[in-house]
Amino acid sequence: MRFADLLEFAWRVVRGYRSRTLLILLAMGIGVAAVVAVSSIGEGARLYVVNQFGSLGTHLVIVLPGRSETAGAMPGVLLGRTPRDLTIDDALALKRSPAIQRIAPLIVGAGDVRVGARVREGPVLGSTAELMAIRHMELAQGAFLPEGDPRHSQPVCVIGAKVARELFPGRSALGEWLRIGDRRFRVVGVLAVQGESLGFNTDEIVIVPLAAAQALFNTEALFRILLEAKSREAIAVAKADAEEILRERHEGKRDVTVITQDAVLATFDRILRALTLAVGGLAAISLAVAGILIMNVMLISVVQRRGEIGLLKALGATGGQIAAAFITESVLLALGGAGVGLAAGKLGQIVIGQIYPSVPFTPPWWALVAAPLTAIATAVLFAVAPARRAAKLDPVRALSRR
Amino acid sequence: MIRLRGIERVFRIGGEEVHALRGVTLEIAAGEYVSIMGPSGSGKSTLLNVVGLLDRPNAGRYELDGRDVTDLSDDEQARVRRERIGFVFQFFHLVPRLTAAQNIELPMVLAGIDPAERHARLARLLAEYGLEARSRHRPDELSGGQCQRVAIARAMSMHPGLILADEPTGNLDRQTGQEVIAVLERVHHGGGTVMIVTHDPEIGARAHRRLRMVDGAVVSDERSEA
Repeated sequence: MRFADLLEFAWRVVRGYRSRTLLILLAMGIGVAAVVAVSSIGEGARLYVVNQFGSLGTHLVIVLPGRSETAGAMPGVLLGRTPRDLTIDDALALKRSPAIQRIAPLIVGAGDVRVGARVREGPVLGSTAELMAIRHMELAQGAFLPEGDPRHSQPVCVIGAKVARELFPGRSALGEWLRIGDRRFRVVGVLAVQGESLGFNTDEIVIVPLAAAQALFNTEALFRILLEAKSREAIAVAKADAEEILRERHEGKRDVTVITQDAVLATFDRILRALTLAVGGLAAISLAVAGILIMNVMLISVVQRRGEIGLLKALGATGGQIAAAFITESVLLALGGAGVGLAAGKLGQIVIGQIYPSVPFTPPWWALVAAPLTAIATAVLFAVAPARRAAKLDPVRALSRR
Repeated sequence: MIRLRGIERVFRIGGEEVHALRGVTLEIAAGEYVSIMGPSGSGKSTLLNVVGLLDRPNAGRYELDGRDVTDLSDDEQARVRRERIGFVFQFFHLVPRLTAAQNIELPMVLAGIDPAERHARLARLLAEYGLEARSRHRPDELSGGQCQRVAIARAMSMHPGLILADEPTGNLDRQTGQEVIAVLERVHHGGGTVMIVTHDPEIGARAHRRLRMVDGAVVSDERSEA
């Protein structure tokens, strides 16, 4: 039997039993659409998180004091090594790298913030004017820390939205004074409500000039140095430069850790991709259900078409030809179902996209390939049993009934 | 052409053995016109099915055109059926979703014959059996006589040497039945071997060789010259 004739024969069957065909198309379509829609929600969530990371600060590189790896030591000798501190001068030296656009040294501590009788304990950040640009902070009112030499400071501060609300209820915080420990600061700016980012709730922080924080917490050591690379491509160069400059300054010892935002992002990316795969796999179960439906319908069809199968055998069809006809029929149905499902899934994705415009819903390429392939594979798999039954039918008995 | 020796066919129905054929030994030459008659359950149809390779005997040998076909595999038997044997059934057994032309074409499609050749043969068959005007109609739009002519055209499409007809007029009125018999007799005049199973004594009597079966055995074998 020629392949074209086989296709045509199966096609006539598919067209001949309309309601049965529609039922299978519906089931297969729902399965494929579910995979496409669910995985595009997962992929949308992933892209959303990636974008959010971008908003934290593009091309961010972070320098931490200390090295989180085991150094080789002389046998039997235990070296109690304390990592060398990061200083303001280290931070300023990093400006030598052409790949680095901005730097913001950072000191973090906790302090009691007082206004009159009100006291609030919260994180206090010491940094410079460039922090705002690096971390993409936004101001609700006033200005950020003034530019200038980070070694000297003015008694000013910028406070988070929640701090402003609680310490200065019902009035503007701008220009007011507050006290942290034994020092007084004038509020020059209030941050816009931004929420959690990279471990801090920016609504609850107080930012003071770096030198003030050093005096406040009685330390020279920096907690972190935040760097912004000039471009995405420059991130690797900036990282290498930072390591090299600090190694020189620290007498050839590599005693800092430099991490890039990319590394963090890559982890999130992996997690969310795995999650998308998992939910996509769950949706694929509906494809298996559709496959079982195909099997049932095909089994019924074998019983209904006994006469026809017997006739085909009498006309000289081999068991293989009859099995091939049934499997081709099933594949045609699966292809149709996959087409319907891809269209419906795309439609669903557009509808969800209209409801949540901020999340970039898009089906991942693997779902677009895997869903139809799974549909066809299940169709073939589940058609094997009915096809074999048809092929084995005894022609005399098949023909003897009307 | 056909040589049966000691053919036995036993069915088991509810633990009981039923001998549908008991030691049937029979030779039919090419070009013979044979009718098989006998009461219901005498084994007429079973004999036809064995000859048509739709059923395997429990014992005995069957030679078709000098070749022992008793032990051929299912696929080989399918090939023999396709190329040498044409069936005509009481209930026509047309595929309801296919048109008359598509039904006639079916054996050629199964045999993988080239579409151009197929269409040429189809045109000849439609003309020969007077079905040109009906070629695009489905079986439910055809009369019983037309259905049976489609079935005969289908049986003839592969130019088989042997036509097996099981009660071909059983589902037709008298007049249409006569027409169908006339068509089958044309096949015989064209050189084909024709075997007809029938209940109708008048139709049975027209054959040149008349077999009578009782209880799975051939009890009489009459010939008259054409």
